[in-house]
Amino acid sequence: MIEFTFWDIVRNLLLAARWTVLLSLAAFIGGGIVGLIVLFFRIAKNKWSRRIASGYIALFQGTPLLMQLFLMFFGLPMLGLRIEPWTAAALGLTFFASAYLAEIWRSGVAALPLGQWDAGASLGLHYLQELRLIILPQAFSITRAPTVGFLVQLIKSTALTSIIGFEELVRTSNAINNATFEPFKVYGLVALIFFVMCFPLTQYARRLEKQAAAR
Amino acid sequence: MAFAWLPGALGDIAHGAATTILLIAVTTLAGTLLSILGAAGRRNGPVLLKRAIACYVEVMRNTPFLVQLFFIFFGLPSLGIRLDPLLAAMLAMTLNMAAYTIEIVGAGLDAVPGGQTEAALALGLRPRQVFVKIVLPQALKIIYPALTSQIVIMMLESAVVSQIAVRELTYEADMLQARTFRSFETYFVVTLVYLALSMALRRLLVSGGRRALGAGVS
Repeated sequence: MIEFTFWDIVRNLLLAARWTVLLSLAAFIGGGIVGLIVLFFRIAKNKWSRRIASGYIALFQGTPLLMQLFLMFFGLPMLGLRIEPWTAAALGLTFFASAYLAEIWRSGVAALPLGQWDAGASLGLHYLQELRLIILPQAFSITRAPTVGFLVQLIKSTALTSIIGFEELVRTSNAINNATFEPFKVYGLVALIFFVMCFPLTQYARRLEKQAAAR
Repeated sequence: MAFAWLPGALGDIAHGAATTILLIAVTTLAGTLLSILGAAGRRNGPVLLKRAIACYVEVMRNTPFLVQLFFIFFGLPSLGIRLDPLLAAMLAMTLNMAAYTIEIVGAGLDAVPGGQTEAALALGLRPRQVFVKIVLPQALKIIYPALTSQIVIMMLESAVVSQIAVRELTYEADMLQARTFRSFETYFVVTLVYLALSMALRRLLVSGGRRALGAGVS
């Protein structure tokens, strides 16, 4: 048995936490980009494109993230792609995030008065210009609080990627726990690290919510 | 893609789905009850209790469910509390859900106009009766849609408890794919089962809520 001091445990957990942060960022940025595309489909004038986008969102919101990760991990190799846990984790979380972000932003678009669209059209803007200059900036600004709230959810969701073998915080803690037999300490520390990452964001989201309510 | 294994696996899948349904049923009842107590305590309890509940909510909401589950299942035995996997899963799910629903129920309690309480008190009801008979039903009606979504989210989150060997749907899927070597197909089928479960659960909650509370949920 390897001897682990308290500081060894903390150091190893913090090193592993870098991967949690990196994965969260990758999934948030990737999810934002894909989510924007889904949003375009979701608010398009074409009925079928709207339906396909709602189906996509319902699919990801109606199935467990763990299943989505498994399908990525086992499904992509069937298409002939060699896949590492990191790729499966990043792709799985990206698609997961895209569905949620698209739905959050859609609610922002839906909350805008229709007059905004009319005003844009009467200024001679075409559809994409209207979206870029008038609709989306407002939609993003009124949905800032839920978007930050979702980031917190995404950070917590990265814990699931330990199950498909990605070496992040939770997987490392399992390994440390197997060596030290101190689950109370190890998982307590992991919870603390997650808390330190998430709590400031939660507070920020709360403040944004209050500001939005005051306006 | 090959599905020849599927007919022989239906029994296992059904058994797993039944356990998942049991988990979410227990969690819904226990979690809702706990969150009503929590929300009431956070509003009317002594200062220390209020603070404790606020801390609890923050800790649970800012840490992953998987870590909470491991903490309860692997960590508590070192304090001398040994739980069977199913019980640990129920406890973890209930505690996790309550943290979210305490805020939801609390928002509902705040949304009931104060005049309702005053009117009920004026009619001679005792404070407890006022809460149970007047304020709570109205609060539940207001927050019912949010509560419904939280229950569905919790059902989907329950896939994680396979990690402590609770024999629910995901656990059965893990076992099946180890036997059939058809990982993708197995998880594909089980994902569809989850999708059907979550849609059915939402339907059931919506129609049940309409009947019991008259709450309008779409």
